[in-house]
Amino acid sequence: MREYKNVIVAYSIMILLIILVGVFQSWSIALSILNFCLISAVMTMGANIQWGYAGLINFGVMGYTALGGLAAVLVSVAPVEEAWSAGGTNIIVCLFIIIGMIFSIRYILKKFVKSKKRTYGIISLIVIGLVLLRLVSEPGIESIEAVDPAKTGFLGGLGMPILFSWIVGGFFAAGLAYIVGKVALGLRADYLAIATLLISEIVIAVIKHEDWLTRGVKNVIGLERPVPYEIDLQNTPWFINLVEKFNSGKLKLINSVTERQDVLNQLVIDASSVYVKLCFAGMFLIVVIILLVITQKALYSPWGRMMRAIRDNEEAANAMGKNVVKEHLLIFILGSAVVGIAGAMMVTHDGLFTPGSYRPMRYTFLIWVMVIVGGSGNNFGAILGGFAVWFLWIEAAPIALFLINFFTSHLPDTNVIKLHLIDSVPYFRFLMMGIGLLLIMRYRPKGIIPEKINIK
Amino acid sequence: MDFINAIVLLLNYIFVPALAYGSQLAIGAIFVTLIYGILRFANFATGDMMSFGTMVAILFTWYFQSIGISLGILPTALIAIPFAIIFMILYMLTIDKLVFSYYRIKKSPPVQLAMVSIGVMFVTQAIVRIIIGPFDRRFFDGEKFILKANEFKEMTGLNEGLTVKSTQVITLVITIIVVSILFWFLNKTKTGKSMRAYSDNEDLALLSGIDPKKVVMITWIIAGILATIGGVLYGLDKSFKPFTYFNNMLPIFAAAIVGGIGNPFGAFLGGYVIAFAEILITYAYKKFFTYILPETLEPDSLVQLLSTDYKFAVSFSILVVVLLFRPTGIFKGRVL
Repeated sequence: MREYKNVIVAYSIMILLIILVGVFQSWSIALSILNFCLISAVMTMGANIQWGYAGLINFGVMGYTALGGLAAVLVSVAPVEEAWSAGGTNIIVCLFIIIGMIFSIRYILKKFVKSKKRTYGIISLIVIGLVLLRLVSEPGIESIEAVDPAKTGFLGGLGMPILFSWIVGGFFAAGLAYIVGKVALGLRADYLAIATLLISEIVIAVIKHEDWLTRGVKNVIGLERPVPYEIDLQNTPWFINLVEKFNSGKLKLINSVTERQDVLNQLVIDASSVYVKLCFAGMFLIVVIILLVITQKALYSPWGRMMRAIRDNEEAANAMGKNVVKEHLLIFILGSAVVGIAGAMMVTHDGLFTPGSYRPMRYTFLIWVMVIVGGSGNNFGAILGGFAVWFLWIEAAPIALFLINFFTSHLPDTNVIKLHLIDSVPYFRFLMMGIGLLLIMRYRPKGIIPEKINIK
Repeated sequence: MDFINAIVLLLNYIFVPALAYGSQLAIGAIFVTLIYGILRFANFATGDMMSFGTMVAILFTWYFQSIGISLGILPTALIAIPFAIIFMILYMLTIDKLVFSYYRIKKSPPVQLAMVSIGVMFVTQAIVRIIIGPFDRRFFDGEKFILKANEFKEMTGLNEGLTVKSTQVITLVITIIVVSILFWFLNKTKTGKSMRAYSDNEDLALLSGIDPKKVVMITWIIAGILATIGGVLYGLDKSFKPFTYFNNMLPIFAAAIVGGIGNPFGAFLGGYVIAFAEILITYAYKKFFTYILPETLEPDSLVQLLSTDYKFAVSFSILVVVLLFRPTGIFKGRVL
């Protein structure tokens, strides 16, 4: 119990802070913070698997998040049949061309010895394939994008329940991670960081501009939700009764019937949004707990020990007969898959997919701040980091406003500096993140809840 | 005649813009490479340091404009640069003292320093946005064009015009001056040689009596100068927006690595490689082909290899390819 004391204390403070937001601001805000904290926690766990367990630095978190989001779209949106009939065949042919290219290149690589001839052969094969792809895809893409561009203009998805996409998102991200890992994992740490960052930018560029697949910057809105809609709840009798029961004391004090009805209506509207967010929170919590159990088990299994050995001394682990390359690739894929799940969860929560909003600041560097602050190598630390940093990210503006008002209280309200500072309140969150990261790195380099290795 | 038209077309849309953009990238890439070579970490705050320097320059420009100082046809920002550089050097040295020196003395692994630079990135970005705001700002004044398309057409009687913006010429001239001074400094002066020695082999350099503190300080000073100049040139040519500067970090990294990280000359050329690749691959060649091909062969489509949306993706793909097949870069890296 004693060794978990700081974990329990840290988590209680975090929960208390969220409850305080609920009391002082509103429960709806508190629950949205909680939901995003949970999503961030999943992302941080993914990054922590890579960085904390294996020491792999992955600055491509943004790309995997976006791919998870894309999975949510491709799974849940109903297929656009017109678009399929307009250009579906072209796209399928393209798919076959790509598969054909890959297999023929693999065949050449296997069958022929390395020579100049082989290299030129492969290059010409790729060029021919690309030209062919371009010729086949262009008319198809054009006709797909011409199908009712204001509403669809893309192929749509499979029309399945969106919850399913959480798994698919994981697989999408894992697929990308396999390719990236094959390509980039041989690089040194800081090169790997830059390479993954740039590859994730390429992924975002593709998602943003391949309108036939993702609708690009036109965004996909109104994704189907796994939980009830507020407006439906407000008209369901059992829900209204429930709200009435909860607030019966308050309602009894009001005498006039119409007034009571008005108050009740307002309460129902508030309660419906809280209810929806609670549903989401429950689902996210389940994911977090499942992942926590799995990762925790993995960390203390022989496999986890091996990963730590590889992290701490690659050569020694290699000499002991551990396949470092293979294990690195595996853990890179696993971590990215977890991030992909988080991406799908986030799109499910928002109900919309906006490729333009994926920016490295928010989806890569912020997640890394979470990992470092929370404590790399420790799952409880990673989750706490997700919670604490996201909480600060959201509440930074009110805190900054309070501080500015406090320190400039002697100045008149028309003071130029004061007004300018109040205008730029939203940017104080960057300042707080930066200073927080620097302080943690300096004075507690292992994070709030550092890694603990118990040998039993 | 058609042939000359085609060449002017390429000059106008590819060569001149790519040369200017390449110079801006090149200065940034040398900045990255210097930090990497001597301080031994990937500086993720590159873009934001450049935007900090540019912000100071803009503030000075506004001040000079308000008291009526100007350079006539040249932009006022040119007088602001030296003042901005002084501020920037102070900022760099402060950051080094407060943040980086601790890890350097502790001999932390490069990854940790890179993480720390992310913290610096957040702080710098916040300061820039708090002081000047996140909006797009143009601070160019003076004569905008050296050669206008119409004038060129009248002068030569060609169909295609050639536009040369004064900012493009300024960029090129300043880049050439700065880079030649830098290379002279690194190759010919004693301090420069000691920097190269330090970059090549730290222990050996220490043994031969090179003062590491001095080397580090000079590095930050040069970095401050490069960051400010690179940032201001980019801002003059396009516009100043903190977010764009942050994003520019990525092609700058690409340029530095493509050229061979740790090698300033490679970084310099890498900037142009990236700029030319971006523009060459995303340019639509339809008009060019209508000039040089006989009428029967004229293309119907745009003859564009990739749409302009993928501009950034091009440079990143080049980087990935280079990392795969020649991780040391085009020119061998790790030697200053």
